[in-house]
Amino acid sequence: MKLGKVIGNVVCTQKVDSFQGIKLLLLQPLDENLKEIGDSVVACDTVQAGINDIVCYEGGREAALGLKNWFNPSDLTIMGIVDQVNIGE
Amino acid sequence: MILGKVIGNVVSTIKLPVYQGYKILVVQPVNGKEEPQGESVLALDTVQAGVGDTVLVIDEGNSSRLIMNNSTAPVRTMIVGIVDAIK
Repeated sequence: MKLGKVIGNVVCTQKVDSFQGIKLLLLQPLDENLKEIGDSVVACDTVQAGINDIVCYEGGREAALGLKNWFNPSDLTIMGIVDQVNIGE
Repeated sequence: MILGKVIGNVVSTIKLPVYQGYKILVVQPVNGKEEPQGESVLALDTVQAGVGDTVLVIDEGNSSRLIMNNSTAPVRTMIVGIVDAIK
C-alpha cells in the first residue's frame, strides 16, 4: 500500500457499469513524512474518505478485489483512512 | 521477496474489514548492505516486527492472500519474516 491525500472529487456520469455507485477521488501520493511525491491519481473509494483525509491505497489486481463487485477494472482503490503515521521509535 | 527496514507505523481506524487485526507498518526497501533503495511502502505485519527491524517482505498479491487464507483479500504487501543477519 501507499499513502496519499484526498485532494478532490471526480464526478463521472458516464462510466463503466461496474463502477456504478463507486465514488472516485483525486489523490496526491505522499511519502512516509507526508511530503507530496509524484503526480496525482484517481482512486476508487471504499471507506467514505473525504477531502484532506490521509488514506492508504493499493494498486494492481488488489485494487479490483477491494471493491464489493470484484470483477471490475479498478487499478487504484482506497483501503483505509489513516489517523496517524509514526516514523521512528 | 524483498528486504526492507521498518521505519514507522500507520494507525488506521476505518479500513476494509479484511485488514482488521493486522498492524500496518511503513517499510523502506533496502539492498543487501541495508542501504535504502526506492520509495517506502505500507505493509501488513504477520510476524510482530517493530521499528528498526530488517524484514522480509512479500510484494505480490497471491502469496499474501495465501497467508491470509482468503482468496479475495485485497492485500499485496506483507511482512513475512524478521531478518537476523545478511551474510
